[in-house]
Amino acid sequence: MANGRVAAVSLPADRPVAHGFLSRALLWARANLFSSWLNSVLTLVLAYFLAKGLISFVSWAFIDAIWSLPTQDTRPCRDARAESACWALIGERNRFILFGTYPFEEQWRAALAVGVFLALYGLSTVRAFWNFRLVVIWTVGLAAIGVLMWGGVFGLAYVEQEKWGGLPLTLILATFGIAFAFPLSILVALGRRSAMPAVRMICVTYVELIRGVPLISVLFMASVMFPLFLPEGITIDKLLRAQVAIILFAAAYLAEVVRGGLQAIPKGQYEAADALGLGYWRKTGLIILPQALRICIPPLVNTFIGLFKDTSLVTIIGLYDLLGAAKASIVEPRWVGFGVEAYMFISLIYFIFCFAMSKYSQGLEVEFSRHTKR
Amino acid sequence: MKKSLIIASGLALTMSAAAMVAEAQQVGQRPVQLAQAPAAPPAGASPTFDAVRQRGFVQCGTNTGLAGFARPNAQGVWEGLDVDVCRAVAAAMFGDATKVRYTPLTAQQRFTALQSGEVDVLSRNTTWSFQRDVQLGLDFVAVNFYDGQGFMVPRRLNVRSARELNGATVCVQPGTTTELNLADYFRANRMQFTPVVIERLEEVTQAYLAGRCDVYTTDVSGLAATRSSQVPNPNDHVILPEVISKEPLGPAVRHGDQRWADVVRWSFYAMLEAEELGLTSQNIDQNMNSTNPAIQRFVGATGDFGRMLGIDNRWSYNIIKQVGNYGESYQRNVAPLGIERSVNRLWRDGGLMYAPPLR
Repeated sequence: MANGRVAAVSLPADRPVAHGFLSRALLWARANLFSSWLNSVLTLVLAYFLAKGLISFVSWAFIDAIWSLPTQDTRPCRDARAESACWALIGERNRFILFGTYPFEEQWRAALAVGVFLALYGLSTVRAFWNFRLVVIWTVGLAAIGVLMWGGVFGLAYVEQEKWGGLPLTLILATFGIAFAFPLSILVALGRRSAMPAVRMICVTYVELIRGVPLISVLFMASVMFPLFLPEGITIDKLLRAQVAIILFAAAYLAEVVRGGLQAIPKGQYEAADALGLGYWRKTGLIILPQALRICIPPLVNTFIGLFKDTSLVTIIGLYDLLGAAKASIVEPRWVGFGVEAYMFISLIYFIFCFAMSKYSQGLEVEFSRHTKR
Repeated sequence: MKKSLIIASGLALTMSAAAMVAEAQQVGQRPVQLAQAPAAPPAGASPTFDAVRQRGFVQCGTNTGLAGFARPNAQGVWEGLDVDVCRAVAAAMFGDATKVRYTPLTAQQRFTALQSGEVDVLSRNTTWSFQRDVQLGLDFVAVNFYDGQGFMVPRRLNVRSARELNGATVCVQPGTTTELNLADYFRANRMQFTPVVIERLEEVTQAYLAGRCDVYTTDVSGLAATRSSQVPNPNDHVILPEVISKEPLGPAVRHGDQRWADVVRWSFYAMLEAEELGLTSQNIDQNMNSTNPAIQRFVGATGDFGRMLGIDNRWSYNIIKQVGNYGESYQRNVAPLGIERSVNRLWRDGGLMYAPPLR
């Protein structure tokens, strides 16, 4: 884009100013795609491969695709393996991929829980709710999700955590991960900049220890090593252990992001707050944090998106999140070898969530930095 | 107690008067017998058994998804040969095969999960080996599937025996035992080979089908499954008769609770015994009045085998009625993969499946 603007400016002034979309597009193409013979050749070659790839993808994914099978036999799909996608797999297995081993007849509850999650996300973007009401909304919403998923009250059958899976599990891990890691990370970031040596040392050790190892090893620690330290007969649920591991891991990374924001605040702000006679907490809460968090929205959202996708690592400790369920759905011999379809289906879901997060954060950034623009 | 009485009385309607009297006597005698039974260890010596009974369900560690052995179906219900072992234990303990909670475990997690008490029984296509039995503190109670490493070659190569594979290119997954067994076998037979090592199962199969190697080696069950489901024409490929390693797969429990180990072991053996006696989930009700003493013992009409284990005397009836015998389980789960019974047949049919006598 920047390139285009520069090129447009450098056009001779006596050129007629282009009106209408088509002529503007032609001008843009000429300036950016065909500015020299080398660029023209590159453009044409790339356009050729792009078109070819796109056409074969469209015909694979849509035109030649097999959307349903007349019988249980997957032979038609196997015979046309190279040139057509077999969406019949998704047609047959979508409920397993979306809800995992959640009891089949009760899956409406899991679907409703996903709906509540989406409603919570939607309401959280409304600025009118950015006060104590949001806390109430989330408390009620999460309680509703808990009731829906566990059941055992209001005539709903009890569903144990071992059976949770699919999209609700991914959303639970990501949402609780972010919701608990974020406040924790602020505390850790403040602690790391604290004047008290003991607090500072603890926070530095925590952050560096967690950041020194990959998430996989933290998950393994939580799922394989941790149970050995507990006395016999006491077991903590696998899901809870994974959730705590994710929270601790995310908090360490977020803490560094928040610390970056804190360090970016000019010293004068701290001194001005001191001069006003504000105590530590009021200074932090009223002056420092609002500015620091605004600065670090982009890296924060970046970490959130990363965390959302990182939740898929829980497959390796045997939880059926979205990815784990997709993998388990192609274990059946009839469907072995149809991984591409299953993975494309779930990557679409992941993409929708991540893209929405990214778009929202861009909007937020613009809105928050309005005061810096004239 | 109440529940078993209800089940007992419900079933009693289908039984003869004599059997009814016997049942009533046995139910009446139960507390006395439990206290007197010499086989039953004193209370408190069976932490797992007591915990399971109190909890009301069996915690079963399974594979995260392996066709034929353990995987959730489209409805999210667990199925497979390994899963059926857990269902049998639940049927024996509670008279209800659905009282199982499954914990899918990866290869790395499985032993810790058992050691830490997260699961009561590990039924996850786990090879019974010296080290695991002795060093890891596990008790393998039985073998529910005999597997072993084998070779598959394209038919057009005209190879009849693994001894003819000198100089071959072999597709193999990097895994300690498979790769080592391969090297051992070729060295022992003074043959050369070129390994093509590929990590992922799908890719190694594709490499073999694309002709990047002459031979594909993994466990025979895996070879058969690949041949039946992923190869365009199964008849174009041969699984060679040589099996170069022993992989006895079976359920395991923690050391130190013999009574629980007994329940798991005999729950599985009951499935074998039923196949030997010709009892299936379909015909066991008709056989309740059989005059065959072995069947009478099996269905709990005579003898106190359930009580000796500290569970319902109809334990084996419940297993067969709800889960089926071993042959049925095999037909339902493993046979569709195209894996023949071969060594997993009953001993009298020339296989290795041999249950100690139930008496």
